[in-house]
Amino acid sequence: MEAKDIHQLLVNRFHDRIKDFQENTFPNAVVVDGSSIVEVCGFLKNEPGMEFTSLISISGVDLKEQSKLMVAYHLGSMQHKHKIVLKVETDRNNPHVPTIEMLWRGANWYEREAYDLYGIIFDGNSDLRRILLPDDWEGYPMRKDYVYPKRYHTWNV
Amino acid sequence: MTQVDERFMYVNMGPQHPSTHGVLRLLLKTDGEIVEHATPHIGYLHRGLEKIAERVTFPQFTPFTDRLDYLASMNCNLAYALTVEKLLNIEIPRRAQIIRVIMAELNRISSHLIAFGSFSSDMGAFTPFLYGIREREFINDLFEMVCGNRLTYNYIRIGGVSKDIPDGFIEKTKEFLDYFPAKLKEYNEVLSYNAVFVKRLANVGVITTDQAIEYGITGPNLRASGIKWDLRREEPYLIYNELDFDVPVGKGEMGTIGDSWDRYMMRIYEMGQSARIVGQCLDMLPQGDFTAKVPKVLRVPQGEVYVRAENPRGELGFYLISDGSIKPYRLKIRAPSFANLSIFPLLAKGVMVADIVALIGSLDIILPEIDR
Repeated sequence: MEAKDIHQLLVNRFHDRIKDFQENTFPNAVVVDGSSIVEVCGFLKNEPGMEFTSLISISGVDLKEQSKLMVAYHLGSMQHKHKIVLKVETDRNNPHVPTIEMLWRGANWYEREAYDLYGIIFDGNSDLRRILLPDDWEGYPMRKDYVYPKRYHTWNV
Repeated sequence: MTQVDERFMYVNMGPQHPSTHGVLRLLLKTDGEIVEHATPHIGYLHRGLEKIAERVTFPQFTPFTDRLDYLASMNCNLAYALTVEKLLNIEIPRRAQIIRVIMAELNRISSHLIAFGSFSSDMGAFTPFLYGIREREFINDLFEMVCGNRLTYNYIRIGGVSKDIPDGFIEKTKEFLDYFPAKLKEYNEVLSYNAVFVKRLANVGVITTDQAIEYGITGPNLRASGIKWDLRREEPYLIYNELDFDVPVGKGEMGTIGDSWDRYMMRIYEMGQSARIVGQCLDMLPQGDFTAKVPKVLRVPQGEVYVRAENPRGELGFYLISDGSIKPYRLKIRAPSFANLSIFPLLAKGVMVADIVALIGSLDIILPEIDR
């Protein structure tokens, strides 16, 4: 199934909660309203004919010009071999996105990583701790406006 | 600090598998010899490669990809090169494509040899480790002929490969292919069907098909769970669709489908298949250019792609966003071991401490690509 048709199906089903469709990316992307990401993912995962059974990855992206943070979900289907990207944009100063851990257990670590490096808070994640950096690290390094610290505890960075 | 229960003992299980030397910390909550709960602590090798990617130009990031999975640098270079080429939309000469496949498959063999060797030494058999290193040395010599390095090759570049293969490389590779299948047979005789070895691994750490998909496990670990999914087959890149090779799938020969023995055996089978692929590629290697024309200052057009390739450990993907400048706007590395390790707490529940070693070894994780 083509990404265009998938987008059409999603619009028919979720109406205005599906924002727009990006054709110039590979795989094609659908921008989804943050509050309904769980429903959309659940629909894509379980709907016959879609069967996006595998969550390939979750990545945080900093859209500094629009003062937003974005989360990109790459979904793939082993059965039908189609792929799609779902994008959720959230406010840069108060980034909150619902977790999709109940759909894919593997999402836990990806979400922890996005939280660790971007500070995106995934509401409902069972274990939202830093994963790559020390627990007491300050700031979110992957943001574009991150200022490098001079020192960490007693040693120079 | 959590409340300490006196019934349990907390054990920091240190570096066990050679590819986890000192950078993987497992916090085990043990009740006698049974592991109640295991928490992997990662990040001890975090170098911030994704942040570095935003500060260097596209070609300059290639050497950094060597440091992702340093036992399979060629495959990492390849995946990165494919990603940038997808955005550039350039045609790669056929000779370069075939050289790339040869290198990727040789590196797959050498990576699996390390996996095989270190896994056997985890299980207490030291000799096979030396065998694995011995055969890998041959491949290292080949790579040294090609690019001068023995570990981080940086040979596959954007647009092709860095230089043409030297004289004598093809003969030497053929020599290796003649010698290698007999060695694989020897591994099976020495280790794979050894009664003690099988007892240690059969029915230990079973990953069911549903669990494997839910946790996003890829590569030999996924195929061991009985799912025939290999990106070289499902989404062919380079010239893989012209090649004849099998995709081995776990059958539960010694126990259950998806147990540690299956995962170990997948790698042995795959080495044989990779050797077959290299042989075919050597026969069809044409004359021609080894690289496409790439400008000195590489401006990558605006856009975003996600390209994945089949690495020895699973699916390595690069999610690249370019804003039209000479540097990536965002480069997310989807590392196979990251997903492969995330299932570990689930597998480690209620097994013996000695089985933890078998689990880590059979998952064949590598830390630099987890921590990035």
